[in-house]
Amino acid sequence: MSVNIAEFRHDFAIIAGWLPFGGKVLDLGCGDGALLEYLKSSLEIRGYGVEKDDANWLACMSKGINVIQMDLEAGLSDFEDQSFDTVILSQTLQAVHNTEGIVREMLRIGREVIVTFPNFGYWRHRAQSIQGRMPVSKNLPYQWYDTPNVHLCTIYDFDQFCINCNINVKQRLVLTANQPVTFMPNLMGSLAMYRLESMPKK
Amino acid sequence: MSEINPSSLAEQSVGIVAAQTAHFKQPLSLKSGATLPQFDLVYETYGQLNADKSNAVLICHALSGTHHVAGKYNADDKYPGWWDNLVGPNKPLDTNKFFVIGVNNLGGCHGSTGPASINPQTLQPWGSQFPVLTVEDWVNSQTLLADYLGIQQLAAVVGGSLGGMQALQWTIAYPERVRHALVIASAPNLTAQNMAFNEVARQAIITDPEFHGGDYYAHGVVPRRGLRIARMLGHITYLSDDAMGAKFGRKLKDTIRYSFDAEFEMESYLRYQGDKFAGEFDANTYLRMTRALDYYDPALPFDGNLSQALDKVCAQFLLVSFTSDWRFSPARSHEIVKALLDNELTVSYAEVTAAHGHDAFLMPDPHYHAILRNYLHNIKVGEPS
Repeated sequence: MSVNIAEFRHDFAIIAGWLPFGGKVLDLGCGDGALLEYLKSSLEIRGYGVEKDDANWLACMSKGINVIQMDLEAGLSDFEDQSFDTVILSQTLQAVHNTEGIVREMLRIGREVIVTFPNFGYWRHRAQSIQGRMPVSKNLPYQWYDTPNVHLCTIYDFDQFCINCNINVKQRLVLTANQPVTFMPNLMGSLAMYRLESMPKK
Repeated sequence: MSEINPSSLAEQSVGIVAAQTAHFKQPLSLKSGATLPQFDLVYETYGQLNADKSNAVLICHALSGTHHVAGKYNADDKYPGWWDNLVGPNKPLDTNKFFVIGVNNLGGCHGSTGPASINPQTLQPWGSQFPVLTVEDWVNSQTLLADYLGIQQLAAVVGGSLGGMQALQWTIAYPERVRHALVIASAPNLTAQNMAFNEVARQAIITDPEFHGGDYYAHGVVPRRGLRIARMLGHITYLSDDAMGAKFGRKLKDTIRYSFDAEFEMESYLRYQGDKFAGEFDANTYLRMTRALDYYDPALPFDGNLSQALDKVCAQFLLVSFTSDWRFSPARSHEIVKALLDNELTVSYAEVTAAHGHDAFLMPDPHYHAILRNYLHNIKVGEPS
């Protein structure tokens, strides 16, 4: 890699830190394959991506990434139970319709799940909302009329979702401008990153 | 990995080509238990085999295909080979890089030993006595052609439809002899509905009074009517409802005449295709090609478990399906994808949005060709000779 992508995508570096070396990784909504390419070169993962967009699919193929073209809302039955070390949903959660169903599918397929999403509770988003505008930011770059995002949530909302769905949060990190946020993360954090697993059986 | 710009270099034809024949004097044991005492395979090649023989790509044909994949025999030929839009200098399957082989399958009617060939034991055309062949038999015979050409391992096997089944079979039966398989608009076996179309086609041929139990050569006739209807039926299933609607709709050639003539344009199209095919294809070959399709089922010895059937496979795969293809639907390609994933193999899968139905795999759709171009571009081969 000529460019060290982790320098400007700190979230990629954090995800890499949560993966085993040489692990088997599924990236749902993998876009142009940048994350998988980074993980492949840094951790020698065995990676597969799922992507529905034609141009993104081709970009993955050009990078030599394994990519399966399918709509992840249509089901993930190509993937066996517990057949991956980690299943990733990187900044795609807010754009899926069947949110609970997809997270459950991820937990079925992967021993561990990583979910990252733009925090709607970030103060800049709240400030824009108070001013009577739909929030637009680096992590939410769309206007209200062209956004693919349908299920925006805050960190509190997602914490509650995990409790309701009996999902164990192994780790949670919150970033703003690539820097970790520990003080009032639901207000000060722009990007939320979760490391999840099914609740251990008692 | 490098990005490639498809428009940067002009696509060219492979130019004037000539078929060649490989004679095999050794008997070939078939899956049915029968044996072919000797056989010929007719083939064409495009591009140059490189020094370490690592750039050979075999193209497997579908039901009615031939070894004539690209180029023309004469400058004034009306049409080039059947996959000319794919194969040539700077085309997606670039003959500047690859040594491409097209072969006419055993049992064919374009030069390879088939039902119309002379049986050396009777000195008569084989006819009804020509054995029923399987995808496995074809692949076995293709490995002998690879041996004949001095190629130990193919860079890739490429095939659409029935050709895709052969590509898959290569990876199952000869895992060490193929690095990549491009399986396009194919399936791991046929559904009952798909086999049903084949049965109707065969019945049309077999019940033609001029079929003579398959020994029509001796009578100086061919079962044209049956073959024509079989082909007309096939054409309906290769197109989507939308594609037929867009191409013909309810357009009349002239006016309604309250007759059973070809009044609608769709009818003239089907009759034209049927007539053309019946004039150039051998009915006995058609019967055997459809039977090979019906019989192919690599998961059968594993109680239908395709993942187990692919246990020994080590090739890398590209699978492509087309949204409007109802004869080899995307769901069927997903079955192969799942079995490859279960075996942790290297696989990519594209589902191309296309209106042309099963025929889409032969069309030069820009996105489809970009997929093949990118995939083939990334295949590593040795230095040119």
